[in-house]
Amino acid sequence: MFADFPFLSILTLLPLVGAATVAAIPRAKAELAKMVALIWSLVVLVLSIVMWVAFTVDSSDRFQFHESYSWIHSWGANFTFAADGIALVMLMLIAVLFPVVILASWHDVDQSRRSAPTYFALLLAFEFTMIGVFAAADVFLFYVFFEIMLIPMYFIIGSFGAGQKQYAAVKFFLYSLVGGLFMLAAVIGLWVVGGHTFDFEALVKAGSSINTDTARWLFLGFFVAFAIKAPFFPFHTWLPDSGGAAPAGAAALLVGVMDKVGTFGILRYCLPLFPEASRWFAPAALVLSVIGIIYAALLAVGQNDLKRLVSYTSIAHFGFIGIGIFAFTTQGGTGSVLYMVNHGLATGLLFIVVGMFVARRGSSLVSDFGGAGKLVPSLAGVLFFAGLASLALPGTAPFVSEFLVLLGTFSTHKPYAVIATAGIVLAAAYVLWMIQRTTQGTLNPALDTLPAMRKDLSLREKVVVAPLILLLLVLGFYPKPVTDVINPAVQKTLQDVGTQDPTPTVADGKAGR
Amino acid sequence: MGDLKLPEIDYGALAPMLILFGVACVGVLLEVFIPRKSRNVVQLTMTLLGVAAALTVLIINRNTRIVTIGGAVAFDGPTIFLQGAILVLGGVSLLLIGERSVEAGGAFVAQAAVVVGSDKDSKQSTGQPGLTEVYPLAAFALGGMLLFVAANDLLTMFVALEVFSLPLYLLCALARRRRLLSQEAALKYFLLGSYASAFFLFGVALLYGYSGGVQLSVIHAAVDNPQHSQLLLYGGLGLVAIGLLFKSALAPFHVWTPDVYQGAPTPITAFMAACTKVAAFGALLRVLYVAFEGVRWDFQPVLGTVAVLTMFVGAVLAVTQTDMKRLLAYSSIANAGYLMVGVLALNDAGLESTMLYLVAYGFSVLAAFAIVSLVRDSEGEATHLSRWAGIGRKSPLLAGVFTLILLAFAGIPLTSGFTAKFAVFGAAYEGGQIWLVVFGVISSMLIAFPYLRVVVLMWQSEPSESTPAVSIPGFLTAAALGIGVLVTIGLGVYPSPLIDLTREASHFVR
Repeated sequence: MFADFPFLSILTLLPLVGAATVAAIPRAKAELAKMVALIWSLVVLVLSIVMWVAFTVDSSDRFQFHESYSWIHSWGANFTFAADGIALVMLMLIAVLFPVVILASWHDVDQSRRSAPTYFALLLAFEFTMIGVFAAADVFLFYVFFEIMLIPMYFIIGSFGAGQKQYAAVKFFLYSLVGGLFMLAAVIGLWVVGGHTFDFEALVKAGSSINTDTARWLFLGFFVAFAIKAPFFPFHTWLPDSGGAAPAGAAALLVGVMDKVGTFGILRYCLPLFPEASRWFAPAALVLSVIGIIYAALLAVGQNDLKRLVSYTSIAHFGFIGIGIFAFTTQGGTGSVLYMVNHGLATGLLFIVVGMFVARRGSSLVSDFGGAGKLVPSLAGVLFFAGLASLALPGTAPFVSEFLVLLGTFSTHKPYAVIATAGIVLAAAYVLWMIQRTTQGTLNPALDTLPAMRKDLSLREKVVVAPLILLLLVLGFYPKPVTDVINPAVQKTLQDVGTQDPTPTVADGKAGR
Repeated sequence: MGDLKLPEIDYGALAPMLILFGVACVGVLLEVFIPRKSRNVVQLTMTLLGVAAALTVLIINRNTRIVTIGGAVAFDGPTIFLQGAILVLGGVSLLLIGERSVEAGGAFVAQAAVVVGSDKDSKQSTGQPGLTEVYPLAAFALGGMLLFVAANDLLTMFVALEVFSLPLYLLCALARRRRLLSQEAALKYFLLGSYASAFFLFGVALLYGYSGGVQLSVIHAAVDNPQHSQLLLYGGLGLVAIGLLFKSALAPFHVWTPDVYQGAPTPITAFMAACTKVAAFGALLRVLYVAFEGVRWDFQPVLGTVAVLTMFVGAVLAVTQTDMKRLLAYSSIANAGYLMVGVLALNDAGLESTMLYLVAYGFSVLAAFAIVSLVRDSEGEATHLSRWAGIGRKSPLLAGVFTLILLAFAGIPLTSGFTAKFAVFGAAYEGGQIWLVVFGVISSMLIAFPYLRVVVLMWQSEPSESTPAVSIPGFLTAAALGIGVLVTIGLGVYPSPLIDLTREASHFVR
């Protein structure tokens, strides 16, 4: 009954209108701006839930909610929106995270001399670009969103961040722009060799006829852009700076949602458009991913800044997503997409909780804490839970996805899976050691003197963390509703790549004897 | 001896130029008859009306395709499009030139020979009007540019080149503030420009020797069917190209650009950056596409190297600039490089995309210089970059608009800069010039940095006491700025109509 409703275009435009509305609110009425922003993001959430319900899981069409409006007809660029299962779960993640982050950032700007309506308008503008980038089914439109998403985030980091915010903002912008321009060259090339169309499905059909060398270069153009965005080793150095400088809520969005554009882009664009090149580059991508897992985890262990530490954990997690994608198995692919969702929830929660600590302490250095659990037991508990979810403890959602990724990888690429498993051990190390140094042990006397450190979770903060904790637990025990949506899309993607799942050998009765 | 046959003249096709030259001549006379006080209004109104009339005639004749006055002027799709672009951009520039309310006395000196700091000079700041000969000069320049893009033989092209260059040399010297810089700029521009003209003329002579004619179609025929030494052809092509590359500010013939852009009165800088660029590239397109298509494989690598060099010189040197006008000058050099990428596609898409780029860039750069003319203190415009620190806090609207323009220059989507860049790179890829696309993309990364530095400076730096106040724009500047910004966004969000126009206009007649 909802099938013809233009969900995706409305979902994309809604936050933009919201951003304009919030930006128009005068600075003096900051509370009003916050309320409008929150309500607006909740409306987006409700619409997304309706869309989720309207999505037909066992449909033969990979893409649903297809809409297309003419844009630049002489170039063949259209406003085409469509969502498959992968895009759908990402849109859902966005819709959930934004209201949570807006509520979590409630007092972030109160102390600053900057205008609160601007901040919340930027958040909504960022939501617009995020929804757009996942909902687009036209390569030109995708590219447009891929580039303009930098602008709100740049201003969020540069104007509202802390520490070396200017440096971080410029570095973020330039890194992403460099990636984007590589992609621009590839988009132009694809447009010319693909017959002057930007339509995703038409290009997938045309993709098989592209000359092998050209396809590899084009793949590389896209891949570099996505690898910077994700980020994969060795393109990752902007993330710790940006994550460390951004306000905690925005950092949660940065790693929780924006970085997923990279891995999503690889799955959606690199693999189906350039199947041969994807197979050819897969070993390199796997090596980079595995290096990322181990290297970033080691760096995370050594970090003394909470926000930078979480950023590094994130790079390690993207390594897992990477091996899952390039293992080319359904399990690995589904695991990766699920990982993208769960990582958004877990790391989002971790960043938000860290933000609560930082707001109380006025510093994000691990060494400035110590024994904080004695002062704020519930907050410390939530940090502990977020940490455990982040290291993929069984019972929390990330466990399911990490397990699927390793399983899927092991069946085709054993050595990578084995090395990646070491990343789990390191994850335990950086999470538990961080928690031990901040919340356990003897109380840091400096904390005792801060009145803010004595305030445990407020009602607002409880409302912020509750939905994320709930989702992490529910998806940890019962991920089926999500995997059912993801699976068909991943299978279609792998069909496009032209790989098949290995046939199970153990099932053969005699093999075990 | 047979009867002397007069060439047929299509006055409809020539009308826009005739109107502008007429307006310019009347303008010179008006200087004598109209009292000083009301000259500015009368001159501005008349010049604007002249531009509007020329544009109207042009639109009425939009379906005419003809080569007229004995093959001297070609009135075809590109001519109509480029003349229209020059007229519209020129009209907007005239709004900037006509602005008198931002600074008492306007941006132009009352008499070019006035000594700095003298009584006469200080009298102007009490409200005595500045020079009004700028309007006839601008009208002459505009008329020359219209002829330049329509010229179908090299001699006409040379005449047009001089007709629009000489007024520009003069206009550059008329800045009210920083007189020495302005005069130095004019002298440099004049000397280097004269050399370039001389090269051009010598090239025309060689090509005449090669083909026995100066008409582009004659040269085209001679290239296809050579009768004389190829040395004459390459020498002639090279020298003609030098003249055109100079006007287009392509490396290594770009060195005048930063000095002239900095020294000239800002409205004139805007005028040059927008209109001269259209005219110069229009002529370059015509010469390369019409006359020398047959030797494309010979000049493509050479001019391709010029394009790459230009992009990198512009991008790299823009990073080191500390003056806003110089920064914009280097940015315009880099943009000339991107334009050249489009030109060198040497196909229909190349012609279309270059024309699209010229319009898109012209409007953005007009808006950029309109903003530069607004950021000022008691000493005049505050163009040093450090003075722009924290301007976003003091006047968020202006800083926001300037940020948009800079993002357009950087080629961020949903601005005209992206549309234009996509078009030229797409055309070059299609024309097999993938290496130009790759270098173009790399230099785009480099040049994003200086733009971003300005954005950081405006928004994230703390305003200091020396941060100048931003003047309230007068109606004329506000109108010019508004048009520039609207087109910048409009071409980013919905470029289809203009792309279709360029497509209709993409055929040269020989």
